Amino acid sequence: MSEQTPLSRHPHPYPGKLITVEGIDGSGKSTQLQLLHKWLESKGHRVFFTEWNSSELVKETTKRGKKNKSLTPTTFSLLHATDFASRQYHEILPPLKAGMIVLADRYMYTAFARDVVRGVSPEWIRKLYSFAITPDMAFYFKVPIETAISRLLGGTRGQFKFYEAGMDMNLNPDMTESFRIFQSRILAQYEKVVDEFHLITMDATKDIEAQQNEMRRLVEEALKDYKPRRGTHGRRTVFWRRFDEPKPE
Amino acid sequence: MVDAQYFGDGLTNLNPSDLKGKLIAIEGTDGVGRSTHIEMLQEWLEVQGYGVLTTGWTRSNLMSKTIEMAKEGNILDRWSFSLLYATDFADRLEHEIIPALRSGFIVLADRYVYTALARDFVRSGNRQWVRDVFGFALVPDLVCYMRIDVETLVLRVIETKGMNYWESGMDLRLGSDLYDSFKKYQSLLIEEFDKMAKEFHFEVIDARQSPDEIQTALRSKIQPLLTTSLQSPKLPSDHLIQPAPSS
Repeated sequence: MSEQTPLSRHPHPYPGKLITVEGIDGSGKSTQLQLLHKWLESKGHRVFFTEWNSSELVKETTKRGKKNKSLTPTTFSLLHATDFASRQYHEILPPLKAGMIVLADRYMYTAFARDVVRGVSPEWIRKLYSFAITPDMAFYFKVPIETAISRLLGGTRGQFKFYEAGMDMNLNPDMTESFRIFQSRILAQYEKVVDEFHLITMDATKDIEAQQNEMRRLVEEALKDYKPRRGTHGRRTVFWRRFDEPKPE
Repeated sequence: MVDAQYFGDGLTNLNPSDLKGKLIAIEGTDGVGRSTHIEMLQEWLEVQGYGVLTTGWTRSNLMSKTIEMAKEGNILDRWSFSLLYATDFADRLEHEIIPALRSGFIVLADRYVYTALARDFVRSGNRQWVRDVFGFALVPDLVCYMRIDVETLVLRVIETKGMNYWESGMDLRLGSDLYDSFKKYQSLLIEEFDKMAKEFHFEVIDARQSPDEIQTALRSKIQPLLTTSLQSPKLPSDHLIQPAPSS
């Protein structure tokens, strides 16, 4: 409770590293983060993954609110902020303090883009998240709206989700058309966010592999001064060896 | 609410001057008798023909269950603590308070954002962030602050419902036991309420008085609001409204 508010847009003081990805649905950001996760682990790093809107407490509430259609732009925003606050305290801060690498699928920039499109004040939403730890690297996967649509329709999902198509906003009765309008507005807000917070823009139209190579190159460069924590496994082996060795003699 | 305004960055789709009713907040620390007095005020106003809506802290459809769960140990940090209450408040503001004010009701709020401001300040030592969070709140037409000193409060709470974990601020570890913690926590809250009373122009009511005296004091603060151009949904004009005899 006595934790100081981390100053937004200032580097955090913790030994770990925080890497976040942003982008509209169908941009491929989650795939890229997953591949980065594998790579970091293969290099022996201790990695912690956290996802937008995933804390049990808030997820239940959001589900309830969506079911009886009582969520407004303000309560929608506040619920996501509550989820974020809770995850920052329980999931992001401890691994950062322990010197681990934290990977976040979506971060406050999602709220800055999406909640503003839903109708909350851009100033208010930025103040709301002023306590958020500034990431060491924040990637933005930029993709044209048509590419995102064809990926979502042709890919593993095969269809849009109600809320990610903005169907609650009554933009258009056709789900694809509604998605196009809603996500295009989000793209426009992301453009502002990219400039304001200096997100690293990735060309998300490229091949998965090409994007991942580029991402790994950038992350490797950023981790140059990072002292990795390899966890207790390696050290435990050394510890026991010290005791075990004299016995066979 | 002719001169109505927001605390900060308001709701983007609502102009508060369109609201006809009156918003009255009753503030005061735990155990000061707010809900009893609000019931009596509602009765008094309804007898005069006013439509009255009471709304209580943490009582929203969306959040009341969630907050209960959080209090059982799922939420510990200052930010989610305040954000949970802000979500509850936003839900009630948009689904209860604003619709009622729009149709000319008198809204009696059992606690208002000042409670959240005081609690967050006591936990963080910082005033700005929580005020920003609650920027979408309407500034009430009247805030009645039922003020009590901590010594009197302690006796009253022990005699009635007893001290509980959250009202004692046990999450802050301010004292070695419930009693010490309650006293320290409530003293800090009262201190912050006193500061806000000046800053936000609360009407301060001495809650050490007898219930009758407190009720009379509350009514005398509310009465002037009723005569200034309030459009009652049930009464055609103001001359029918008689001040009720103090009980």
